[in-house]
Amino acid sequence: MSNYSYIVWIPLLPLLTFLLLGLFGRRYVKNFSGILGSGSLLVSTVLSLLAARQYFLQDGQLNGVYQKIIAFKFTWLEFSPNVSIDISAIIDPISVMMLVVVTFVSLMVHVFSLGYMKGEERFATYYAYLGLFTFSMLGLVLSGNLFQIYMFWELVGVSSFLLIGYYYNKPSAVAASKKAFIVTRFADLGFLIGILVLAFYGQTLDITTLIERLTSTQSAEFAGITTAGFLGVSMLTWGLSLVFIGGAGKSAMFPLHIWLPDAMEGPTPVSALIHAATMVVAGVYLVARLFPIFSVDGVSLQLVTYVGAFSALLAAIIACTQTDIKRVLAYSTMSQIGYMMFALGVSKQGGESGLGYMASMFHLFTHAFFKSLLFLGAGAVIHLVHSNDMKDMGGLRKLMPVTHIAFLVGCLAISGVPPFAGFFSKEEILLAAFHSNKLIFGVALFTAALTSFYMFRLYFSIFWNKEAAHHPHDHGEGTFSMKFPLVILAICAVVAGFIPFAHFVTSDGVALETHMDLGFSAVPVALSILAILLASVMYRVANDKPEKVASTMGGLYKAASRKFYMDELYLFITKKIIFPLIGQPIAWIDKNIVDGLMNWLASVTARISELIKGLQSGKVQNYALYFFGGVAALAVLFIYIWK
Amino acid sequence: MEAAAIIFYLISAFILGTGILAVTTRKIFRSAIWLLFSLVGIAAMYFWLQVEFIAAVQIIVYVGGIVVLIIFSIFLTQQSGKEMAKPVTRRSLFGALAVVFGLALIYSIIAQYGFAEQATRPFGVTVDAIGTQMLSTTDHGFILPFEVVSMLLLASMIGCIVIAMKNRNTNDPEQQGPAGAKLMIHADFTSTQTDKEA
Amino acid sequence: MQILRQPKQTRRPDMNSIPLTHILFVSTALFCIGMYGLFTRRNMITMLMSIELMLNSVNINFVAFNKYLWPEKLEGIFFTLFIITIAAAEAAIAIAIIINLYRSHNSIDVEDATELKY
Repeated sequence: MSNYSYIVWIPLLPLLTFLLLGLFGRRYVKNFSGILGSGSLLVSTVLSLLAARQYFLQDGQLNGVYQKIIAFKFTWLEFSPNVSIDISAIIDPISVMMLVVVTFVSLMVHVFSLGYMKGEERFATYYAYLGLFTFSMLGLVLSGNLFQIYMFWELVGVSSFLLIGYYYNKPSAVAASKKAFIVTRFADLGFLIGILVLAFYGQTLDITTLIERLTSTQSAEFAGITTAGFLGVSMLTWGLSLVFIGGAGKSAMFPLHIWLPDAMEGPTPVSALIHAATMVVAGVYLVARLFPIFSVDGVSLQLVTYVGAFSALLAAIIACTQTDIKRVLAYSTMSQIGYMMFALGVSKQGGESGLGYMASMFHLFTHAFFKSLLFLGAGAVIHLVHSNDMKDMGGLRKLMPVTHIAFLVGCLAISGVPPFAGFFSKEEILLAAFHSNKLIFGVALFTAALTSFYMFRLYFSIFWNKEAAHHPHDHGEGTFSMKFPLVILAICAVVAGFIPFAHFVTSDGVALETHMDLGFSAVPVALSILAILLASVMYRVANDKPEKVASTMGGLYKAASRKFYMDELYLFITKKIIFPLIGQPIAWIDKNIVDGLMNWLASVTARISELIKGLQSGKVQNYALYFFGGVAALAVLFIYIWK
Repeated sequence: MEAAAIIFYLISAFILGTGILAVTTRKIFRSAIWLLFSLVGIAAMYFWLQVEFIAAVQIIVYVGGIVVLIIFSIFLTQQSGKEMAKPVTRRSLFGALAVVFGLALIYSIIAQYGFAEQATRPFGVTVDAIGTQMLSTTDHGFILPFEVVSMLLLASMIGCIVIAMKNRNTNDPEQQGPAGAKLMIHADFTSTQTDKEA
Repeated sequence: MQILRQPKQTRRPDMNSIPLTHILFVSTALFCIGMYGLFTRRNMITMLMSIELMLNSVNINFVAFNKYLWPEKLEGIFFTLFIITIAAAEAAIAIAIIINLYRSHNSIDVEDATELKY
């Protein structure tokens, strides 16, 4: 086992940047802060790549199996000899893969922001928040202890709150950040309870130990957690489902997805960071981290599968109707995360049947590149057009050729057209689904076609359709710092699929042989291409077909464009059910019983003092008399009565 | 009854009688004089107790100092011939009750308690013994309290001067009391104003 | 209380036929006289006089205890001396306060100085 101690610096550098910029940025560092943040993240990225090289290619394997290595560990809070909160850095295939993804995408976002956020008043603060966000995500990735995960999980929540609400003088941004925070916080409550359930029955917070105890059917802990139950469901299922609720909140799974589209109020690079590599994949990562436990509990795995598949489908349908380009991308993220979730859900632990796990991680990996590419591309477009709405765009391909090509690559990748990255990972997912659950496979296939459709709808609406309405702006396509990340990411989106991912990241650490089945791939690819063609017919040139289709779809279209009334439903539940039926009675109790008791105490005190204030007459001799009376009474009490 | 005992009871009666007169007489100057007699009686009691030094201190400090001080202050604040206001009846009733009760309580305790009297050993207080122990720095020496008390006396001297000092800014000695104080401040204010203007 | 239950000592001083308790009775009576004065007198100077009486009764106690119980020691004497000293300081301060009060209220009747109340 070799030395991985340098790995601590990967999360610590962004933290240092955060502290430095947060404390001194606005006054002293100012415009240099972007360079500083990007520079420190560059070092982190290089370190992550070094770690990946060392782990995957040199010494990670032992007898053909990738080992779990604990880079460092110290006990922070010890509750009992078994249960302690440790701060540790754990190295295994998924954490190393995530390190690379997070640092790389974050670096791209940092560089892109140099141009995008230029001239912002709170430029340094922005970079400080980015640093905090990256730090929390990296810490989350490296956590080897459930409670450590939870701490960084909350840090991610806080920093996303800060970033989404970056334009704090814009009411919609404030509302969006609040919504994101409250919804994920609500889900985190489930996560916390889940952690406590698992820790209570597993008698440990350490993930490795927990997995060992809860997966071996002989262990006492396993017997304890499976026999204990609540409402007819075993505690294992409860614990895992609650943990999954936490993950679903962060990963924007139905029905906790409502914060995600609104989170688009943040600066676009922030959306890229949140959506591609950090916050939303945290839920997937969490499930993957605890996957061995999930795999022994069929019920919670079913939950993961169906929630994932339903979210994927729902988001894809909504995405077809949105006109805000960032919202389309947001729903596509939700849909892709749903893909990753159900891929995990259909998987089993180990061997060939662990294909879904591998596919999910693979899709996470490739998705990070093409989704950040798409978001940054959209950012570049918004930078030029100064609008989020498709209607204000069109014909931009001549104005911004680099962005155009990069965006096209991103769209092809997400649509699963070979040989782009998305093709490989999506095929694996479809294959895994096909082998385990035909219904899910059908949903996945349909969703894949929808994905191609709405992505190309987006693409054609932005870059083709009508003639460019926005004639040359003074700043053109954007600075080099904006184009450069697009190019890099586009290259990644092309080549990432060729990485032999199955050799590196599998559920049990053993390399998995995958083979491309041309016959199997033909159907989804053909469907995707058909969907692309359909989109090109409808949106390549401005015409009235979309309106006709929309009107024939009628109610469905309207419902989808209104996001299936999810927000309204939430508002109805909170405003019409929770507030008047639960909130108001509790408020009444608080106002009249809790406060009332206090007020009553206060008024009684006041009345008694009114009665006895006469004692405070200002007459010294009366005081002397009282004093003597007290002394005499005490003397009598102690000498004669209370002997 | 021995002579010493008779003398003791005489002295006691004198002390208590003059004490009662001191707290009941309506004329304040007479009250001070009765107090003086009572204190002299206490000095006599010290003589009887064979502590001549304390008796001397009692006469010098109390009779020669405190009572004179009290008489001075009476001259400063009262018309000494005038009768004082009657005590509040309710309070004198309660006071008398309290006194009777306290007296009964303490008497019963004293009567019950057996004191281990050490009469066989001689009791001689020589002034040099007091002086030696007062300034001794060894165990049972009183040098530290002595110094502390000297500081206390200094502090009280300064304190008396500060408390009783007249405000120099009062130009009109007749305008005293709360209203006078307000006027004083006002005068002070205007004087600083004029200073500024000047 | 335990201390109070000690058996009565019947030994009397040979050189002095007066028992300690009699002296204590006198000092207690003097203390109560002082207390009565403190409760009833409205004039502050006479209240001060009452306090002096009370202090003196305590002094008598100290000397008597010293003489009768620990005749070889001097602590009672010293306490008496210090009390006299402090009483002098106290009287001086009290009179200073009384004079100041007289200046502001034109009276030294405690019934007139009742501003410090509810």
